[in-house]
Amino acid sequence: MAAVEVEKQRGRSAAVAIAALVIAAGIPLWWKTTETYRAWLPAARISELEALQLELRVEVEVVFARGTLSPEQQKKVPASRMREQQQQVDDKTGLKFTYETRFRTATVMEEDALNQPTAAEADHALHTLTETSCGSVVIYIIPEASALLPQDMRVYVGRSRTALLRSQVASVVGAGLPEVLAALDPQMEQVLQTMSFNHQDVTAALTDRLRPGLSTRDSLADSMRAFKSSPGYEITFSLLNPDPKHHQLHWDVEAALDAYIYPLLHKMAPVANFSVDSQILYYAVLGVNPRYDASASAYTLSADSLAHVINPVEARLGSNAASSNPVLNFLLYVPDSLHSPLIIRNDQKQEVASNAFHSPRWGGIMVYNVDGAYGNDTQFPVDIAIDMSRVMGVFLSQLRLMLGFQQTGAPPGFVLEAAGREGVAEWELDRLLWSRSVENVATASASITSLAQLLDQIANIVINDNIAQQVASAVTALQAAVAELEAGNLALALEHSREAISASERAFFDPSLLHLLYFPDDQKFAIYIPLFLPMCVPILLSLLKIFREVQQHRAEKRAKRD
Amino acid sequence: MPTLTLASARSPFRDEFAEELAIRPLHSGDIHASFQFRTVWGVDLLQATDPRFLRYAILPREIVCTENLTPWKKLLPCGSKAGLAVLLKSEKLFHSSYFSQAVHIRPVCQGMHCTVPSWEMRQTLNVVFDLYTSGQGKREWSMFKIKIYVDVTDSPQGELFELSPPTPLLSQAVVLGDRRTYSVYDLTDPGTFGKVRSLNLLVRWKADNGDMLRPLLHGERYVAGFGLQTGEIHTLIYNNHPYRAFPVLLLETVPWYLRLYIHTLTVTSKNRENKPSYIHYQPSKDRLRPHLLEMLVQLPPNSVTEVTVQFERALLKWTEYPPDPNHGFYVGSSVLSALVPSLVAMDTNITQEHPLFSSFFLCKEESSYFMRVYTEPLLVNLPTPDFSMPYNVICLTCTVVAVGYGSFYNLLTRTFQVEEPSQSLAKRLANVIRRWRGVPQL
Repeated sequence: MAAVEVEKQRGRSAAVAIAALVIAAGIPLWWKTTETYRAWLPAARISELEALQLELRVEVEVVFARGTLSPEQQKKVPASRMREQQQQVDDKTGLKFTYETRFRTATVMEEDALNQPTAAEADHALHTLTETSCGSVVIYIIPEASALLPQDMRVYVGRSRTALLRSQVASVVGAGLPEVLAALDPQMEQVLQTMSFNHQDVTAALTDRLRPGLSTRDSLADSMRAFKSSPGYEITFSLLNPDPKHHQLHWDVEAALDAYIYPLLHKMAPVANFSVDSQILYYAVLGVNPRYDASASAYTLSADSLAHVINPVEARLGSNAASSNPVLNFLLYVPDSLHSPLIIRNDQKQEVASNAFHSPRWGGIMVYNVDGAYGNDTQFPVDIAIDMSRVMGVFLSQLRLMLGFQQTGAPPGFVLEAAGREGVAEWELDRLLWSRSVENVATASASITSLAQLLDQIANIVINDNIAQQVASAVTALQAAVAELEAGNLALALEHSREAISASERAFFDPSLLHLLYFPDDQKFAIYIPLFLPMCVPILLSLLKIFREVQQHRAEKRAKRD
Repeated sequence: MPTLTLASARSPFRDEFAEELAIRPLHSGDIHASFQFRTVWGVDLLQATDPRFLRYAILPREIVCTENLTPWKKLLPCGSKAGLAVLLKSEKLFHSSYFSQAVHIRPVCQGMHCTVPSWEMRQTLNVVFDLYTSGQGKREWSMFKIKIYVDVTDSPQGELFELSPPTPLLSQAVVLGDRRTYSVYDLTDPGTFGKVRSLNLLVRWKADNGDMLRPLLHGERYVAGFGLQTGEIHTLIYNNHPYRAFPVLLLETVPWYLRLYIHTLTVTSKNRENKPSYIHYQPSKDRLRPHLLEMLVQLPPNSVTEVTVQFERALLKWTEYPPDPNHGFYVGSSVLSALVPSLVAMDTNITQEHPLFSSFFLCKEESSYFMRVYTEPLLVNLPTPDFSMPYNVICLTCTVVAVGYGSFYNLLTRTFQVEEPSQSLAKRLANVIRRWRGVPQL
């Protein structure tokens, strides 16, 4: 009996030893060799990005010309002041606007420049004196009696980042400098809202991060017109000729692009890359039949039929197959001789002066009538040269809208200098850069945080080393962009934000993430079960037997004691 | 060819467009139609890359169908709305014996001095209509500004076929070294079709026989051998010129999974060995680069030259096989380029008007023209593995492990007890019989 007992003990210890080996060594080994490769991600820094606190700092310089301040007030200048405004957009995003203002008096050279006969010349002379950095604003306060501005205008905004403000503060006698500055405040605020950012624009740029419903209807319409921030854009100019038998059209598009469009695109080089091409399409018809209006003796397109015009044409437009950049299309349509002249009517049934319309985030169409160029008995086809300056003027303004330059209605009492050869003033470009930087930062942070969440939740995604590197560089660039915005360096902030966006997009859309994503669970079980089941069943059964025997033994012992 | 002419001299060079249709009745009764479209842009489109580098790419498995015809038609300025392209209906075109379409883009010089380069795009479409399936050669269309050429060389007096409406306009052109006569219907000339705005071209066949001239250079290629281990690629090059020999450049690009044995490369013409004047061979690298073989072979007159090379088929990794591995793998065609001596002296006066189809390769030499011939692609079977093996391996190893481990475990953990041996079956049976007999048991 003792031999049997020893035998049973040996069997039991063998079973327990095998079970212990399987659990202690087998399971960890199996787990380690079958896990997906996941490189380390900076999860702590990414979770910091979820709560975004942006600070936008504008450096404002206010220069007092001679005659605006009394001598006692002048002694207290130069001075500096900082004004902050907080805005909590939603529970995770906060905005802080900081205006750092420095006050000083004008130098002799600036006084000379301000003595020019007209405001435009004064602005030009002032521009040659100082070099303003990107994002800053300089305001010159000129005396009430100055003749630079017409009588009812108070502010003149120049072509670069300067503004001339006519103030009546000096008339208050005996006031100290703080009162003067306090009186100037609302006017300066207005100037800054026009020349730098205003709060609705910045909030609109954050729509990527926000829940819908937080912005007003108007600002939503504005924000939906311009293209979203993208590393590059493609612009295509097309001439549509539905009637080549009668009209032989010639357009010198290369020279027109050189003169009108390329200066603007060169100026916008820090924002995005642009590629421009042009084409001529024959037998391209609009999808709508225009109706003849006897009162205007012309064919008309009403505002509600404009939406149906684009679709049939778009199939023939074509685009660059090699790039995924958004495309802006500008079409010049010359109506056929049967439907000439063709005019466009707006909602109020009035003729549109430029005879053109644009579609948000798509492009613009202009109708160019040529019926006046020939009579009834000319030899067809007629050679017609298109007046490109008229056409490019319309396209340039539509291009500005599409790219995000707001249609700033000048506040009352403001004179806005017309943009120069480039088509856009420096301060307008600064406005665009502010909203683009904020938009880029918002988009990049949104995509990085959602990528981190996704990778957390789904265990089947492989994270290669290069993805981890892209995410790390995106986070670094994002933090650098936020830091530069805080410091007020707009150009650097834009650069970092572009880097952040491209790195985060590359990481998010990398195809190697999907390598094992759709590996079905039942296939995993189908492979493991024929191996593990025959192994584990005997172990479990013997463990169960041992357990029952121990219980029985204990019951016997208890019975024996009693 | 018709061009847009401008009155003012200061305007830059404008874009041009010309189109043409050349019809050639073949002796078998089929009709070969060749559409040519030429667009010239007056701008320097690309900063040209170095012309010494040749980049060559081929997709042998792709077949041409309506999906290719539609974007090809979109490249024409008027699309398929006006001009000859109105005739290109895909149901008719793809019910043919032979179909080929091409786009050629190259810089050309304008005039003699070549001050401004302009870019020319030529689109050609060649169809051979099988007359028995597509009916007689009767077509109706209306268009403007083109010319139609019908090849009447083979029946100058109308013996083979009759062309109606007859046209007195005959033009001669040298095409591919052969002087051929064409009846020209110039649709820009209103006298061609009088009051009716449509042209009916009718070809009525009269006789049945006729002999066609064979082309001077053509090639064939096939795979010989048996089994899935080795094989041989044979390329046959035919030189049908009666007395002139000329060199031909053979370019072969063979994928890396057919491992060529270049030491078995032989070139024979007329049963004698023909050593090539120049061989350039770049070996393949597995999964990186195909074999590149270029040879300059001198073809004797009126002969067949055979180029053979043996190869071994490689076994690929199992993820590299396409979804249908037993269909085979395609090998692209080889390219034969040659300056073929012409049977007829060519006209080198380039200012005279040429039809589009003869002016693609203009050659200065009077007695030869350039020709490029592509052989057929090959379909080669590679040894395919048994794709059910992973399942088999799982089953087998799991069975072995289960059986082996199970018995091992049993041996380790089973307890052994001594037991009385039980009586064997024979003894039990004997006891039963003894009980029944009443005899004492064992």
